[in-house]
Amino acid sequence: MRRAIGPTALAVGLLLPVLPLLAWAVSGQWRYPALVPERLTGRGLGLIADRDVLEALATSLVIATAVAVLAAALGLGAGRAVGMYSFPGRGVVQFLLLAPALVPTIAVALGIQVFLIRYGLADSVAGVVLVQLIPTVPYVSLVMGAAFANLDPDVEDQARMLGAGPVRRAVLVALPAVRPALVVSAFLAFLISWSEYILTLLVGGGTVRTLPLLLFAAIGSADYTAAAALALVIAVPPLVLIGVTSRFLTGATPATVGFGRL
Amino acid sequence: MRVPRGVRIGLLLAPALTVVVVLFGGGLAQALAQSLGYQPFLAPRPLGLDAYRQLWTDPAVRASIGVTLRIAVVSTAVAAALGVAAALTVRSLGRPRRVFGALLQVTLPVPHLVAALAMLLLLAQSGTLSRGSNALGLTGDPAAFPTLTQDAFGWGIIISYVWKEAPFVGVVVLAALSTGVAELEDAARALGAGPWQRFRHVVLPVITPAAGASSLLVLAFTVGSYEVPFLLGRPFPATLPVVAYQQFRDPDLTARPLAAAISVLIAVLVGLCALAYLALTERRHPTRLVRR
Repeated sequence: MRRAIGPTALAVGLLLPVLPLLAWAVSGQWRYPALVPERLTGRGLGLIADRDVLEALATSLVIATAVAVLAAALGLGAGRAVGMYSFPGRGVVQFLLLAPALVPTIAVALGIQVFLIRYGLADSVAGVVLVQLIPTVPYVSLVMGAAFANLDPDVEDQARMLGAGPVRRAVLVALPAVRPALVVSAFLAFLISWSEYILTLLVGGGTVRTLPLLLFAAIGSADYTAAAALALVIAVPPLVLIGVTSRFLTGATPATVGFGRL
Repeated sequence: MRVPRGVRIGLLLAPALTVVVVLFGGGLAQALAQSLGYQPFLAPRPLGLDAYRQLWTDPAVRASIGVTLRIAVVSTAVAAALGVAAALTVRSLGRPRRVFGALLQVTLPVPHLVAALAMLLLLAQSGTLSRGSNALGLTGDPAAFPTLTQDAFGWGIIISYVWKEAPFVGVVVLAALSTGVAELEDAARALGAGPWQRFRHVVLPVITPAAGASSLLVLAFTVGSYEVPFLLGRPFPATLPVVAYQQFRDPDLTARPLAAAISVLIAVLVGLCALAYLALTERRHPTRLVRR
């Protein structure tokens, strides 16, 4: 009996906070002190077909996909350099890659706003994507650094002996070996972008409307049915993605750094 | 023809470091300049440390620094303790271990703003917990229920952070414990070590660095997050990121240096966490560099 206390507390603690959210998403009327919704409604979940929500969904998807692809492309090389080579200043490079992955983007976004206004990128999707590269590119580099460190360099040397050029070695030998890590880091870059609110608000100036902005607007107007439904729309894709990638996430890899900021 | 080694490393690093130096460094440098009084769209004014002086002298800002550090430290400590406890609990389970291990990962990908809304609906004075306490006859009306959101201490913020970050610490610790620790414990038992000795000399040395490193990441996040304290905290005294944003949106441009100084302060605090994290993890897993 005593042995059941720990697991029970764990399950209740993890799952209890989700229940009100699920109930609010379908409640039409739920006044204090009713324990369950007094009236159910499909209005909240019906919002998914709403024009504003669909547009925000599309904007969120475009930005997060662009961020994931660009971050993977730009961060891959540095991962290889840090993971496989010893060079002077390597410690500094590691710090330079870790700091932006941790430092909250609001701290730099206030400064960067000046440049974005100067180059006409403020209040635009391109500007939002650009700023979201700040945490995600170094993040991909960190994860790939760990992946390349575990790569056996002899395999690439064998490929060279057998006559494979640099391009064939990269595409046929190195890339397949680190592909799981690359997929995971791109997924997490997608999620970091997907759940970003304050950066999008700051740089997008309210004209770039993503799902988190709609959620904040719903909370601000105390429409908890809409807010809870939008929260579910935001939370489901990450849960699905994590279900797909969980076998690559062992917790020992720096991939988990990404969860800190979701 | 082989590209010289130094050039090759430089080319590999170039894209990521360009992003870091130009965007991150540029943003930080601009924040630093503005904190000293530089205003990009105004006539030049004398530079100075006024904004930093204000950080220490303005009681409102000092209150914000206090509330930020309190929330960050309490959240991190509770998340670390509960995370380690959760990892040890899951590890001690027999067959259901897989299910609970997966359960521990459920909150990880849930965005913090969704967690904050869930906590608002659960903990507010007219929230689900309050209704439960009413149904049990403990409280008669919403005002009789303790204020857990928009409260002076920041409990709502702390609970929301802990719900997200304790499982994060738990997953990292559990992963560290799954790397051959059971075999070491068996060996220690065979050599006559009691339960406490096995925990003290085998399990604890594995837990400590993993919990320490993940706690530093939690601390860094809780110092700089905006969404959760905005939704669950009081407008005054608000946490540093919330104040920075308020000051930044202030139509009075003289508020800008303070907003920038707060940004720099947040960046420095988190930068220290990053340094500590690197020191801890590099000592634990010195990267094996194969291409010297």
